[in-house]
Amino acid sequence: MAENVVVLVGTKKGLFVAESGAARKSWSLRGPYCEHWPINHAIIDPKTGTIYAGGGSEWFGPAVWKSTDLGRTWTHSSQGLTFGEGTEPIGAVWSLEAASDGSLYAGVIPAALFRSTDGGETWTHLDGLQKHPSRPEWNPGGAGLTLHHIVVDPDNPQRMWIAISSAGVFYSEDGGQSWEPRNRGVRADFNPEDQRYPEYGQCAHSIAKAPGMPDRLYQQNHCGMYRSDDAGRTWQSIEDGLPSTFGFPSATHPTDPDTVFLLPLNGDSKGRYMPDAKAAVYRSRDGGRTWQDLRNGLPQENAYFGVLRQAMATDSLATAGVYFGTSGGALFASNDEAESWSVMAEHLPAILSVETAVLRG
Amino acid sequence: MDQRVDSSNANAGEVNVTLAAPLADLFPGAPRKLQVVAGDVNHMVDALDERWPGMRDRICDSTPKIRKHMNVFVEGRRAKLETPLKPGADVYVLTAISGG
Repeated sequence: MAENVVVLVGTKKGLFVAESGAARKSWSLRGPYCEHWPINHAIIDPKTGTIYAGGGSEWFGPAVWKSTDLGRTWTHSSQGLTFGEGTEPIGAVWSLEAASDGSLYAGVIPAALFRSTDGGETWTHLDGLQKHPSRPEWNPGGAGLTLHHIVVDPDNPQRMWIAISSAGVFYSEDGGQSWEPRNRGVRADFNPEDQRYPEYGQCAHSIAKAPGMPDRLYQQNHCGMYRSDDAGRTWQSIEDGLPSTFGFPSATHPTDPDTVFLLPLNGDSKGRYMPDAKAAVYRSRDGGRTWQDLRNGLPQENAYFGVLRQAMATDSLATAGVYFGTSGGALFASNDEAESWSVMAEHLPAILSVETAVLRG
Repeated sequence: MDQRVDSSNANAGEVNVTLAAPLADLFPGAPRKLQVVAGDVNHMVDALDERWPGMRDRICDSTPKIRKHMNVFVEGRRAKLETPLKPGADVYVLTAISGG
């Protein structure tokens, strides 16, 4: 059966779609789509092959774009993406997730979660986050109070985790109706010394669920890298061996729960680019106990780019592909689990997100 | 001060609407210039949304006002949702200048 690997690249000026066969050696790139809107995140529902792209236009506000033909034609909707008349407007859609029960979730700025049960045509606000007792104390991070990651348990769509800058990680086991903070063990270095481990208020940058272990998660935080083996109740630092405690994205392997990929940056106050201006993906094969830097094919001089929180992904082929996009508009790909890298595209607009799907047929 | 028009839109006449190209482009089939019957800007937006569902959300936010970076001009003056429209008025729905 032919395998078509699709990589969705959300940029500051539209969505791009890259395609390749299973070898992943040559890529075709199409776009920009979505009328050049900033696309913060785009996904493919693996059940239907439908692309959903979430973003927001300075002119026209937030919307979720939808394509059922891999990007060739599009519709868009924001019906229901509101807190109601007379309320603060929603700025943009920041994150999307397709659950196994057919629900589609959208995270927005200011931090809130919406669900669609009709394929993104209409949206319903799940107001548990607005009503959470800690809400008045959440502080926006540098990018605003954004709900930038949604992870739904593939085996139980009632269980989900979200990450908010900078309120932290929250967990729901009733399909997003009610939430509890899950940040124990995660530092907040920006707080006074005696308040470095609050219940919430950490600056989560990304969360990723490990395959095959229902309670294992990885988190890249503003202040360190962490693993949880108890569904986020407690987190252990796994930053020993990394060049810094700072970075944005994290990506898990499609089948091995001990393998995780990171792109550490040089530090939050040092420019936020590649350490020593040399690009490297860091991979652990043992759940974060040890790390290996992988540089083959990546620029080793003048790499003054960043990689944002949603801009790295893996694919689901047996030898996993790994992909990341830079703030400078370059898209890098590996077809061998980050051992070697090549440039898929250059000179794109600033890349905000990368996601993949393997379509068979 | 803007004067609210009867919400029944009873005295409405036909007005000439020009849509910014980036707005019209979001709705396949939407022309740049058209006529609708409306007694104020709010009813004009309703009329546009009826023909092209979702257009209201692109012009207005939930406060509810015309979006911060959208402008509606009536007879050469920047308007609000409450601004009344005389029959035959020229209305421009424009995107503001933005950078980046």
